[in-house]
Amino acid sequence: MGPVLRLHTGAVAQTRAVAAALAELVRPGDLLLLAGDLGAGKTAFTQGFGAALGVEDRITSPTFTIANHYRGRLELNHLDVYRLEQLDEVLDTGIHELLDEGGVTLIEWGDAILPALPASYLEIRFLLGIGDDDRTLDVIPVGDLWAARLRALRAALAPWAETGATGGGDAGEPSC
Amino acid sequence: MKRILGIETSCDETAAAVVVDAHDVLSSVVSSQVDLHAQYGGVVPEVASRAHVELLTPVVARALIEAGLDDDHVDAVGATVGPGLIGALLVGVSAAKALALVWDVPFVAVNHLEAHLYAAFLEEPDLELPLVVLLVSGGHTMLVLMEGHGRYRLLGSTIDDAAGEAFDKVARYLGLGYPGGPAIDAIAMEGDPEAIAFPRAIMDDGYDTSFSGLKTAVVNHVRNHPDVATADVAASFQEAVVDALVTKARRAAQAYGAKGLCLAGGVAANSRLRERALDVCVADGLRAFLPSRTMCTDNAAMVAAAAWWRLEQDGPSPLDVGADPNLRLPTLR
Repeated sequence: MGPVLRLHTGAVAQTRAVAAALAELVRPGDLLLLAGDLGAGKTAFTQGFGAALGVEDRITSPTFTIANHYRGRLELNHLDVYRLEQLDEVLDTGIHELLDEGGVTLIEWGDAILPALPASYLEIRFLLGIGDDDRTLDVIPVGDLWAARLRALRAALAPWAETGATGGGDAGEPSC
Repeated sequence: MKRILGIETSCDETAAAVVVDAHDVLSSVVSSQVDLHAQYGGVVPEVASRAHVELLTPVVARALIEAGLDDDHVDAVGATVGPGLIGALLVGVSAAKALALVWDVPFVAVNHLEAHLYAAFLEEPDLELPLVVLLVSGGHTMLVLMEGHGRYRLLGSTIDDAAGEAFDKVARYLGLGYPGGPAIDAIAMEGDPEAIAFPRAIMDDGYDTSFSGLKTAVVNHVRNHPDVATADVAASFQEAVVDALVTKARRAAQAYGAKGLCLAGGVAANSRLRERALDVCVADGLRAFLPSRTMCTDNAAMVAAAAWWRLEQDGPSPLDVGADPNLRLPTLR
């Protein structure tokens, strides 16, 4: 696995701010995978991300609807594969077509989707912390497209970086 | 007199019904797939989609037989075109168009959310307007002012999770199984609704609701109190959801001079929500409309009823109307 940028947020507003900072780095066709515990802040992250992309519509959970689409500076696709069990079902969501169409795609509850993933994506793992509002976010760039943006990622995420987990070279970071 | 065949395949129910003039239900067949889903711990759309294909023909045939109708005695075919899962929707929409073509009768595209609003009129055709409708299900949580037929104002909706989704996710977290709504409803009866003071989100102004923070509060409480009684958590969680919903609905009914309050959607089957809604209506002199549990959850009778109203108002839908997974309720500005 590549480097892990470990972040800490102490409030939902900070999770939204991390998302907004990442939204400034994304390009058409990018995929972000959001994994983590129930109530860890994946939908809040998507709301902050969408707001930074200029999405004006209300961003709500796609758990029952599977896929929601929004218009902003870039098109935003918000998928939740929590209810999907098989690769076929994931492909039926049209994930590859969505990525080809030039929008940005965020997918929650990622595990069912692993076999369908493209070569490059940004994975974000949300972990509950000790305090009720504490969250650890592990940001994991995967593939060439994100390796090339590692320096920009570090700079953008520096305000929330957990001490000792970032800095230094572009590879071989300590992972969890 | 028009006999309408309604078809519903937007989520995990394959359903068909024959209804005369939006109130006389000749048949209503729902092939519940809950047993199929229970083994997976949630609704599995691919299973649902495949099952819709397998079940639709026998379900439609049974609806026609129970209604005592031959094929050529149906006057129109209505089907849910959205919102819902695209693969599931397409099964019902394609079948409805094919039947309409073969029988040479109108096809009517039906909005699933509007159909839920019309579930009320099936059981009580003389319902007085304006009416505040609290539509709560797994995918939707909205407060709608129904001013007239086809005339809706969206007063508020959830800003994050739907109420039914919160029930489902909390039930799964508490290990209560699927479907989550009935599981929490049942165990909550053994718990103390005041045991834990879970937050009532955005209770102060407006008609929007939020259940994401409540879900997180449940997780945090259980993490911090591993020995807590599950029944108390379920009862207190349910009370927080119901309290938020009923408070908003009551305020809306007062503000807009509604004649009554109506519940719709799968969560409307929740016994505590029905009890609290009834209390509020009695206290405020409103007519309470609590549809039977079979009309709250997805069914095709409500689709046939909505199709009748749409046919009266707008005429048949063109056959090139497609399924729209993100379809919204048509509202007044």
